[in-house]
Amino acid sequence: MRILIYGYGNPGRQDDGIGARFTELIDQWSAKENMPHITTDCNYQLNIEDASVIADYDMVIFVDASVVEDIENFRMDTVKPDDASIEFTMHAVSVAYIVDLCNKIYNKTPKTYVLHIKAESFDFIEELTPVAKQNMLAAAEFLKRFLENIHETQKPRGRQ
Amino acid sequence: MAQKITIEPVTRVEGHGKVTIQLDDNLNVAQTRLHIVEFRGFERFVQGRPYWEAPVLVQRLCGICPVSHHLAAAKALDVIVGAGTGHGLTATGEKMRRLMHYGQMFQSHALHFFHLSSPDFLLGYDADPEIRNVVGVALNFPELATQGVMMRKYGQEVIHHTAGKKIHGTGAIPGGINKNLTTEERDILLKGDDPLNADKMIEWAEGGLQFFKDFYLKNQEFVDSFAYFPSNHLSLVREDGALDLYHGVLRAVDADGKKVLDDVDYQEYHKLIEEEVRNWSYMKFPYLKHLGKDDGWYRVGPLARLNTADFIPTPIAQREFEAFKAHTNGKPNNYCLHTHWARLIELLHSAEVIKELLLDTDLQKDDLVVTGNKTNEGVGLIEAPRGTLFHHYQINEDDQITMANLIVSTTNNNEPMNRSVNFVAKNMMTGQATITEPMKNAVEVAIRAYDPCLSCATHALGKMPLDIRLIGANGEELDHYRS
Repeated sequence: MRILIYGYGNPGRQDDGIGARFTELIDQWSAKENMPHITTDCNYQLNIEDASVIADYDMVIFVDASVVEDIENFRMDTVKPDDASIEFTMHAVSVAYIVDLCNKIYNKTPKTYVLHIKAESFDFIEELTPVAKQNMLAAAEFLKRFLENIHETQKPRGRQ
Repeated sequence: MAQKITIEPVTRVEGHGKVTIQLDDNLNVAQTRLHIVEFRGFERFVQGRPYWEAPVLVQRLCGICPVSHHLAAAKALDVIVGAGTGHGLTATGEKMRRLMHYGQMFQSHALHFFHLSSPDFLLGYDADPEIRNVVGVALNFPELATQGVMMRKYGQEVIHHTAGKKIHGTGAIPGGINKNLTTEERDILLKGDDPLNADKMIEWAEGGLQFFKDFYLKNQEFVDSFAYFPSNHLSLVREDGALDLYHGVLRAVDADGKKVLDDVDYQEYHKLIEEEVRNWSYMKFPYLKHLGKDDGWYRVGPLARLNTADFIPTPIAQREFEAFKAHTNGKPNNYCLHTHWARLIELLHSAEVIKELLLDTDLQKDDLVVTGNKTNEGVGLIEAPRGTLFHHYQINEDDQITMANLIVSTTNNNEPMNRSVNFVAKNMMTGQATITEPMKNAVEVAIRAYDPCLSCATHALGKMPLDIRLIGANGEELDHYRS
């Protein structure tokens, strides 16, 4: 199973850089744990070309800074193409929109999640707030366990 | 009692815009305003930082056109480090920057056409918003939607290989660049697997342009009557009058084609352009000082560029330029929706330039940076996708930035956008007390023609300096408030 961890946000806007920082953590971890089926990528924001990027994967986990009030530190949600909203700007689109576009153009729908990590501040600073950093580390531990479980279930079973 | 209609937010525009239409007692449109309700704070943020950080710092403005800010800042700092203006760099330095810039132009114009404009063209301006988007295009015209996605992807690859990184690229530095293009990178971009190669991008750009022209033939009356108004047009042009999106002299023409700014050095821009603050908008209103604010406002962007330039220095785009100019008998084109036509000609031109540059062996040379006598001030201009972008910096003896002034493309188009909204409102809303979907769409179509990016157009930090004057019936000042 090919898995993409895709962080997005502007690292120059304080906690908006969570996605990019998070992918660095996972990148180091997957290399150390020898998990070549895991790929990471990041960008300022999502756009239509990402439909062709995710078409090459079986599972995609987007990572973004969140200001949603009912998220305490992080939360992972499933995304489906029919969640796509038409309320989009021309310069950035939603995860569901990307999944929907991928489905329409490439006839592929990778299993997709968004890992929301609670953020606090979006100033012109290239460093996360302590709270956001703590939330990011907790989310990273969660995702590592999640990916390890997938890895275990994908291993070929030998005779007992 | 007068009624006020408010439409917000303007969808498919970055940032948040708000349009207010004021009706009088007889439901006639008395006044319209495009409000900018988001502001950032970049110019003050950059003060105190070492000047060499600016090309990377400015990319924090937003993720929409970071390359344009990156290059405009680098061009201003070229002046500060004594590397001249525009042509002072090594051949490799200038051409690498040009490749990065035309890659940005290509991906941005492709996004605008395939993602933003084509739903209006293909599905109709009055189509249900539920389907009038690129997903609707993908359902009905999957080949076109795929082309849009891959053209964006190709442009992003050009940027990646020239700027070094996807996020906060570092390719341009004061006095030059920090990397050349390897032969491997060149080959990926020049003759990569189908469709991601230069020839396919030219072919698809021609297809996009033909698509618009076919649409225009069938809808000429609508296109030509939508938000038409005369204006001045401003852009950089090459010294010989050619379209040049990276560097040149500043030229402005009036609605009849007369030069009102005659190929001047942009280092003196502050003597030529004034920015008016109006008390109802965070976004300023630039105008040519010598013409005054009533007559000196201008358009920037694709339409303006094709109105100021004498020719396009690539063969296929030049052929299209000639057809475009013939439509108005060589005079400036003031049709708002022809901006899409102009944008597609620039898309084609960008694809041609990318191929030309990829075939140039200067990109593989190692002479990357020049230095000279340092000064404390520099101005960098570039033709960003949405129009002329100004960066101006001053530094102190400790190499810290003491002053930064940015005039972004969308700010330059503030008055034309407001006029377009006013035109549409007067034509579609007079006598109406409610907003119908076609009315709402028409207002948005008018704004979207300029492809505005409101997120970096307003960059005041904290309280916006505001100057409000209360003027009496005879022009006397009754009150004056300044924050």
